[in-house]
Amino acid sequence: MSSEIKKEYAIECKGIRKTFGKVVANDDIDLTVRYGEILALLGENGSGKTTLMNMLSGIYHPDRGTIKIGGREVCINTPKDSIGLGIGMIHQHFKLVEVMSAMDNIVLGTKEKRLKPKVLKEKILQISEQFGLEIDPEKKIYDMSVSEKQTVEILKVLYRGANILILDEPTAVLTPQETKKLFSILKRMREKGNAVIIITHKLNEVMEISDRVTILRKGKSMDTVMTAETDEKKLTELMVGRQVSLSIKRPEVKDRKKMLSIEDLVVSKADGTTGLDHVSFDLYGGEILGVAGIAGSGQKELCESLAGLMKIDSGKVMHNDKDITGMGFEEMTQAGVRMSFVPEDRLGMGLVASMDMVGNMLLRSYRNNKGFFVDRKPARQLAESLIEKLEILTPGVETPVRRLSGGNVQKVLLGREIESNPNVLITAYPVRGLDVNSTYRIFDLLNEQKEKGVAVMFVGEDLDALLELADRILVLCHGKITGIVDARETTKEKLGLMMTGITEEVS
Amino acid sequence: MIIKFLVAAVLAGAPLLFGTMGEILNERVGHLNLGVEGMMSLGACGGFMIGYWTDNLFLAIIAAFLAGMMGALIYAVLTVFLMADQNVTGLTLTIFGIGLSNFIGEYMLDRSPQGTLKLPEHISAQLSNIHVKGLSDIPVVGELLFTYNIFVYLGVVLAVILGYYLFKTKVGLNVCAIGENPAAADAAGIPITQLKLFNILLGGGICGIGGAYSAMIICGGVWISNCVNGLGWIAVALVIFANWSPRKAIFGSLVFGGFSVLKYYIPKSLFQLPNAFYDALPFLVTALVLVMTSIRQSKDKAQPASCGVNYFREER
Amino acid sequence: MSEIKGKKEPLLRIVKRAELPGKQAFALRIFSVFLALCAGGVFILLIGYNPFEIYKTIWTGAFRSQMAIQATIKLVIPLVISALGITLAFKMRFWNIGAEGQIIMGGVFASFFALFFTNLPHVLLIVIMLIAGIIGGGIWGLIPAFFKAKYNTNETLFTLMLNYIALNVVVFLRDGPWKDPESSGFPKIARFDKNAQLDKVLGVHCGWIIALILLVVVAVYLSKTKQGYEISVVGESHATASYAGIHVSKVMLRTMFLSGAVCGICGMVQTTGSDMTLTTAVAGGVGFTAIIVAWLAQLNPAGILVVSFLFGVLEKGSSVMQSTFGLSTYASDVLQGVILFFVLGCEFFVRYKFVVRGGAKKE
Repeated sequence: MSSEIKKEYAIECKGIRKTFGKVVANDDIDLTVRYGEILALLGENGSGKTTLMNMLSGIYHPDRGTIKIGGREVCINTPKDSIGLGIGMIHQHFKLVEVMSAMDNIVLGTKEKRLKPKVLKEKILQISEQFGLEIDPEKKIYDMSVSEKQTVEILKVLYRGANILILDEPTAVLTPQETKKLFSILKRMREKGNAVIIITHKLNEVMEISDRVTILRKGKSMDTVMTAETDEKKLTELMVGRQVSLSIKRPEVKDRKKMLSIEDLVVSKADGTTGLDHVSFDLYGGEILGVAGIAGSGQKELCESLAGLMKIDSGKVMHNDKDITGMGFEEMTQAGVRMSFVPEDRLGMGLVASMDMVGNMLLRSYRNNKGFFVDRKPARQLAESLIEKLEILTPGVETPVRRLSGGNVQKVLLGREIESNPNVLITAYPVRGLDVNSTYRIFDLLNEQKEKGVAVMFVGEDLDALLELADRILVLCHGKITGIVDARETTKEKLGLMMTGITEEVS
Repeated sequence: MIIKFLVAAVLAGAPLLFGTMGEILNERVGHLNLGVEGMMSLGACGGFMIGYWTDNLFLAIIAAFLAGMMGALIYAVLTVFLMADQNVTGLTLTIFGIGLSNFIGEYMLDRSPQGTLKLPEHISAQLSNIHVKGLSDIPVVGELLFTYNIFVYLGVVLAVILGYYLFKTKVGLNVCAIGENPAAADAAGIPITQLKLFNILLGGGICGIGGAYSAMIICGGVWISNCVNGLGWIAVALVIFANWSPRKAIFGSLVFGGFSVLKYYIPKSLFQLPNAFYDALPFLVTALVLVMTSIRQSKDKAQPASCGVNYFREER
Repeated sequence: MSEIKGKKEPLLRIVKRAELPGKQAFALRIFSVFLALCAGGVFILLIGYNPFEIYKTIWTGAFRSQMAIQATIKLVIPLVISALGITLAFKMRFWNIGAEGQIIMGGVFASFFALFFTNLPHVLLIVIMLIAGIIGGGIWGLIPAFFKAKYNTNETLFTLMLNYIALNVVVFLRDGPWKDPESSGFPKIARFDKNAQLDKVLGVHCGWIIALILLVVVAVYLSKTKQGYEISVVGESHATASYAGIHVSKVMLRTMFLSGAVCGICGMVQTTGSDMTLTTAVAGGVGFTAIIVAWLAQLNPAGILVVSFLFGVLEKGSSVMQSTFGLSTYASDVLQGVILFFVLGCEFFVRYKFVVRGGAKKE
C-alpha cells in the first residue's frame, strides 16, 4: 500500500446547514477527511453528527453548503448517488431486511446481475476472509445477534467496494471484544487507503482509533484537532463547551431509609434472550443510584420490571418485608410504594404525543375521581402550575406535546411524575438530547427529590454526569451486576472496566 | 364429473388469478391496495367497450390493461408521492372504479340502438374455449389442459413470468426488499419510487385484464352493471392464501374458483349444505388462513412488513 | 453548481414542514373539495353536459319537495350511524373495514324478532329489536378484536372477510329457514308486520332521532369519559397505554364491541325503518361509504353529520339528475370518489411542502 496521502480530500464539506422545521440541526459545518485516515466525529447527543452523515449518505438534502468528494463538487440526492460516489454508511439502526439472508442483504441494490447462490456465497466468504470477518451467508437476519448484523452491514459496504466508510455509533451495541475486532478491521481499511469516519461520543475510543477529531456542538463544528496532540480533557471541553466537574451539585442526605430490596431478579428481553441475570441490590430513600452500562445491558429491563411493566421470571422486589413483585402502579401504592417512572422513550411511552398537556397530565391520574367521566380540571391546574414552576416553553396547555422541544417534553414528563408525590423515582436517560440548561434543571429536580427522601434511580450514559450526580453507581454488563460502587471514590476508568465485564468488589 | 368440475373451477378461478397477481405486485412493494375491485371494474369497462367497438380481442385486452392501470395511477400518485392513507385511498378507488365503470356502461346502454350491449361475433368467437385438434381430444389430460379460453393461458404464463421476476431476478429481490423494509432498500441504493410505481401500475393493469374476463366471459358477452361483483375482494383475500407468490396464486385461484362452482357439482345426495355456505367458503377459508398465520407468527410466511405504511426518506 | 455525472439537485423536493394550524388545514380541505368539483365539472363537460346545470339539479333536486327532503334524510341516517361506529374503532387505530358486515348482522338479529315475535307490544318489540341489533353487530365486531388482541391477526383483512360471510348468512336465511312461503319466483324474506316497523316522526322513520342521540352519545363518550380517553391513548401507542396501566386487550375488545354495536343499530334501523324486510342489500355499500365519511370528517362527530348530509344530498340529487338528464345515478359514486381523491391529496400539504430547486439556497 502506498503510504503517501493523496492531495485532495476524500470528503470536503463547507458551510453545511440543515433545518427541520424550526430546529437548526446543522449550522455552517465544515468537515474534511483524507484517504487513508480515520476521522472521529465527536459530539454529544443531539449535536448534529448523524444529521451531517445522513447528508453524505443521501438520506437528507442540505439546505445550504457544498460537498466535495475526491475534490469534485457533487450533489447527493439519493442513497444511490452516495453509493455511486464510493460512500458506504453503516447506520446506527441497521438497515437490513429481516426476512432475507445475509447474502441477499449484501447484494441488495447492487448493479450486477443476480449471481447463483453458490457463486455469491463464495464471493462473500472471500471478502470476509480478506478482512477477517466471520459470517454465515445463508443465515437469515432475524436469527442474528447484533454484532452479526453489524458484520453484514460492513460486508454490504465492502462488497460495493466503497472507499469512504461512515460508521454511526458502531460500538454502542458491542462488547469490548467485538469493539476491538471492529477497530482492527477499521485499521485494516485505513491501511488500504480508505477514508473512515466514525461517529461516537466515547472519548477513549476516539483516542484509540482516530487520526483526527472533529468536534460538533449544538449543530456547529467547534474545531478539528490531531488526536496525537490532544487529550480527553481538552476534547471534553470542546464537546460540552464548559468546564466539567464544577456545577453538578450532590447534596448530602443523612437519613437514608431502605426503600426497595431487589433479590435475585431474572427478566427476559422481548426477544426471549436474557435481560437481567440474577440481579440483587437495595434502593435507598434520600440517595441517587446511578446505573451505568453499555447500551442494551439490561437497563430497560431493570426499569420496566421495577415499574411493573415487564414480566419478572423469578426473584423478588421487597418493600419493608412486603413482596411487591409484579404489581402494577395501583397495587404498589396500596403496598406503600408510590412509584414514578420516566421511561427512555418519552413520546412513545411516557406521553401521548398528539395530546395536549392536560391530556398528558391525566395519563396517570384519570382514574382518580369516581364515576364514568374524566375530570379535566385538576389536570389543567397541574399543567398550568408546571408551566410556571419548570419554566416550560409552550404556546399553551392546549398545544400537543409533540410540538414542544426535547427539553420541554422532558420537563412535562418529569414534572408529572414528580407531582404524583413518589417515594421511588426511576428515570431512564432523562437528559439525553437536552441542552445544557435543561440538563441542569433536570439534575436540580432530581436532587430536590433526593433531599425529600425519595429513592431515585438514574440510568445514564454520560459517565461524568453519573459520577458527579449519583451517590452510588450500579454497573450492568450483559444483564449482570458487575459492581456497585461509591460515586465519590470511583473513577471513570474503573467504571469503564466494569462495564466491559471486569467485576469489582461490591462496596 | 370431477373433470367437468375442475374445468369449471379453472374457468371461474381465472379472473381471480389476475386480480391476485395484481395485488401481489402491490403488496410486494408495501402497498396494501384495497382498490382491486375498482381497478378490475375499470378494466372490465375498458376491455368490454373497446371489444364492442373494434371487434378486436387484442385491442380489448390492451384497453383493459390500460384502464386498470389508470386506476392504479391515481392510487400510486396519492400513496407513493402524496403519502395518503392506503386503506382509504384503496377503498375510494374501489367506489370510484365501480361507479365510473357502471356510469359509462349505462351511458353506452342508453345510446345503443338495441338497448343492450352485446359483443360482436368475431370477438365472441375468439373468446370461446380453444379447441386444439389432437391435443384437446386426448382423454382427461386434453380436456383438463387444452380446452380453455385464451385468458386462462395468458394468466398462467403471466404467473410463471411474475414468479420468475419476483424471486429469481435482481430487480425482484430489490422489490421484495422494498416491501419488507423501504428504509433498508433505500439505503442500499434501490430506486424505490420507480420500482413502486412500476409494480403498482403493472399490478393495476393485470387487475384490469381480470376485470375484462368477468365482463366478457363470465357475463356471457353482454354488458351488465357490477359485472366484477366482489371478485376483487376475493383476490385481496387470495393473496394471503397464495402466500404472496404469483405461482402459488395459480393453485389458490383454482381452489377458490372451485369453491365458487362447488355447489353445482357436489352431489346433493351426499351433502345437504345450503348454497350460501359454499359462497361463503372462500371467505371463511381466508379468515382461517389469516388467523393461522398470525398464530404461527412465521416470519417468512407473512405480509410484507411495510404493507400499509408509506415511506418518506427524511422521516425521523 | 458543478455536477458529477450530470447530477443535479432535483427540480422538486419534498420537505417536512411544521404542521399547518387547524384553520389553514381546514381551508385547504375546502379548497380541495372545490378543485374536485371543478374536475368533476370537466368530466361532465366532456360527455356533453353543462356542469353548472347538473350541479344545480343535484343540489336543488335533493330539496325540491317535501318527499325529496324526506328521501334525502333517509339516505343520511345510515351514513351517520355507521360512520359513528367506525369512528369508535378508528380512534383506536383499529382499521375496522367490516361495518358492512356489522350492519348486516345487526339487521339479521333484529329481523329475527321482527319475524317471529310480531305479537309483542310495539314499544317492547322495538326495544328488543334495538338490543338485538346491538348484540348482532357487537358480536361481529368482537370476533376480529378477539383475534387481534390474542394473536395480532390483521384486522383490515379479517373484517373484510366477515362482510362477505355476513352477506351469505342473509342469503342462507332468505333461501332457507326464513323464506317467505307466499313469495313466488325469487326467494325473499317476508315483509315485516306493521307492529315491527319503526314509527314515523315528521314523515321520516324515527331512525333520525336514534342517529342524533347516538351522535351526542358518541361525541360525549369519546371526549368526556374515561373509556373514551383510554381509546385515544391506545390509539396513540400501545406502550404508553401499558405504561399508564391501561389494559390494551380489554379496551380493544370493549371498543370493537361498541363499534360493531353502533353499526348493528344501523342495520336494525335500515331493516325496520327503511326496507321493512331483510334483504342482501341491507348494508348496500353504506359500510364502505361510511369509512369515507368518517375519514373526511376527521373522526369528528359533528363533522360526520355535515359530511353525511352532503353525501345524502349528492345521492338523492343524482337520482333526480337521472330522471332529468338520463345520466346514471352512479355519477354520485364517481363524484364521491373524485372529491375524496382530492382531499386525500391535499392532506399531503398539511404536513409536507415542496421545495423548488435552488429555492432554499437564496440567502
